[in-house]
Amino acid sequence: MSNVFILADFSGDKASKITAELATAGARIGAVTAVVFADAGKGAALAATVNQGPITNVLIVESDDFAKHGVPAVADALANLIKSKTPAAVLIASHAFGKEVAARVAVLTESGIITDAVDVSADATATQLVFGGSTTVHSKVSHGTPIITVRPNSIEADLTSATPAIDNASAEIGDAAKLSAISSSQPPVKGGRPELTEANIVVSGGRGTNGDFAAVENFADSLGAAVGASRAATDAGWYPHSHQVGQTGKTVSPQLYVACGISGAIQHRAGMQTSKSIIVVNKDPEAPIFDIADFGVIGDLFNVLPQATAGISAKKS
Amino acid sequence: MKIAVCVKQVPDSWAEKKMVNGLLDRVNVDAVLNDLDEYAVEEALRIAEAHGGNEEGGANTVTVISMGPERATEAVRKALSMGANDAILITDTALAGADALATSAVLAKVIGDGGYDIVICGTESTDARMSVVPAMISARLGWGQLTFASKVTVDPAGKVSITRVTEAGVDEISAAFPCVISVVEKINEPRYPSFKGIMAAKKKTIEQRDLATVGISSQSAWSQVNDATPRPPRAAGVKVTDEGNGGQALVNFLAEKKLI
Ligand SMILES: Cc1cc2nc3c(=O)[nH]c(=O)nc-3n(C[C@H](O)[C@H](O)[C@H](O)COP(=O)(O)OP(=O)(O)OC[C@H]3O[C@@H](n4cnc5c(N)ncnc54)[C@H](O)[C@@H]3O)c2cc1C
Ligand SMILES: Nc1ncnc2c1ncn2[C@@H]1O[C@H](COP(=O)(O)O)[C@@H](O)[C@H]1O
Repeated sequence: MSNVFILADFSGDKASKITAELATAGARIGAVTAVVFADAGKGAALAATVNQGPITNVLIVESDDFAKHGVPAVADALANLIKSKTPAAVLIASHAFGKEVAARVAVLTESGIITDAVDVSADATATQLVFGGSTTVHSKVSHGTPIITVRPNSIEADLTSATPAIDNASAEIGDAAKLSAISSSQPPVKGGRPELTEANIVVSGGRGTNGDFAAVENFADSLGAAVGASRAATDAGWYPHSHQVGQTGKTVSPQLYVACGISGAIQHRAGMQTSKSIIVVNKDPEAPIFDIADFGVIGDLFNVLPQATAGISAKKS
Repeated sequence: MKIAVCVKQVPDSWAEKKMVNGLLDRVNVDAVLNDLDEYAVEEALRIAEAHGGNEEGGANTVTVISMGPERATEAVRKALSMGANDAILITDTALAGADALATSAVLAKVIGDGGYDIVICGTESTDARMSVVPAMISARLGWGQLTFASKVTVDPAGKVSITRVTEAGVDEISAAFPCVISVVEKINEPRYPSFKGIMAAKKKTIEQRDLATVGISSQSAWSQVNDATPRPPRAAGVKVTDEGNGGQALVNFLAEKKLI
């Protein structure tokens, strides 16, 4: 049986949900090896958290160059592993870091690349949703090792617990991958809520909140949802940039997206319109966001959301 | 300093897009300068202006580089009217259907031959939405990669420092010349071309090169679209006006759809 690489993805010091999603897709193609790139001495602890999904092997590569040089160092090491172990495909999480690693790996291994897949089949055909989710495309890499980045929250992960065999490998990192130096790194601030790209439900607030996100947050908490924001809200400093949904923020595709006080500019829609269900709360009946809503309430979010929050609490008790 | 800016002409984001034979139909759709690339042009101009300007015969030049069909001159002209000095447009029928790998190969060759100190890109073209070309150019040229910058500081002696902002957090990164930068839209507010700028741009040179002039042979795309199917449009939703029980109606909808 052929062998597939996935680039293990971590949130803090734990494997994130996308790691199991990548493994689930990868297992359709072949036996899954999760590659873990870590600081010297940190690999075993990280690898121990790569324990969900159909993963048969974990390969740890340790080097302080990863933290010092970032994307180019990881890409170099991964490309060299691909050249020596010739996997049938490589699956990587589709976020800025993952796409840039994939980009460099594709160049270094002379391989075709597909980004933002929402599904991958046994013959490494990728499904993508393009043009704002209006068109489904199936594509296939025709040269080299298929390098495919997969959108978080698109594939239903097999979360059975795994006890993969753990090995260590070394991978060469060339001088050209060390040209940019990282002098400081600040991880994103994590709150108590679910991660935006992993959440089943996302509740977002826009300019209509007028800077007061309490109603949005309370409603989100009643649903166990993540909180997102439009660019108008992040630009005004009402909510951290890391919560921005849209073209220049995060792409989310939850079961349910609730847009509150958001007009629905095309750049916002680009990040949320493939959500399974969309609910809108907006006082302007003409707001374009209503065009893509399954359910819309024309009303003031400061009235509608507290009532909905109370309604949900009442149902729970 | 010699600064290059990579800009792409893309279909207008509002335009309806279609696939023809597995490729985006670029002919029957309004085309504009990729709006994320305006931030790259603006940043290049600001860097030049902060270090002696880019007037003719001055210390710095800003060259616009684009690969695309001939009509991409419109987008290039817009960048020139913002204040860039000159432009190179790579146009060749053999490039129709180029993927990111082929695009980056062509751009890297032109950039490498041009003797630039820094090249600035947008973070994403709004049509393909891949965010891969800057990293590919960096890998091909063996230049430092400084991408997703929300702040760029240039020391004309030969060093660039950026603040990188992504979902993975905030990093401070630096590299020596020559290097590849991409900028996020939070970095600046692109200027509107002035009347004077628009007039001046008409006289600026857009050098057209085909693949033979670039000195690279065309590479076919390394991934193919098998099929493209329009998805059924979203069924028209339910819209209610809040008359005191809109919140409850919302909860009822959630319950009905088994979302709670
Ligand atoms: C290059 C570029 C990239 C961009 N990237 C992004 C991106 O990634 N994400 C993004 O979101 N935007 C992005 N934008 C910005 C986008 O174009 C819009 O400006 C932005 O999405 C608007 O945010 P908004 O809907 O919150 O604000 P507005 O458009 O001002 O809409 C506010 C809405 O709130 C409603 N409202 C007001 N008060 C209330 C109330 N009390 N109750 C209920 N409703 C109320 C109003 O009726 C209105 O519809 C980008 C723009 C550019 C140029
Ligand atoms: N055909 C092109 N010509 C010039 N620059 C391009 C081209 N394609 C991509 N770029 C640059 O690369 C950036 C990222 O594009 P992409 O990787 O396609 O999302 C863009 O913002 C441009 O700066």
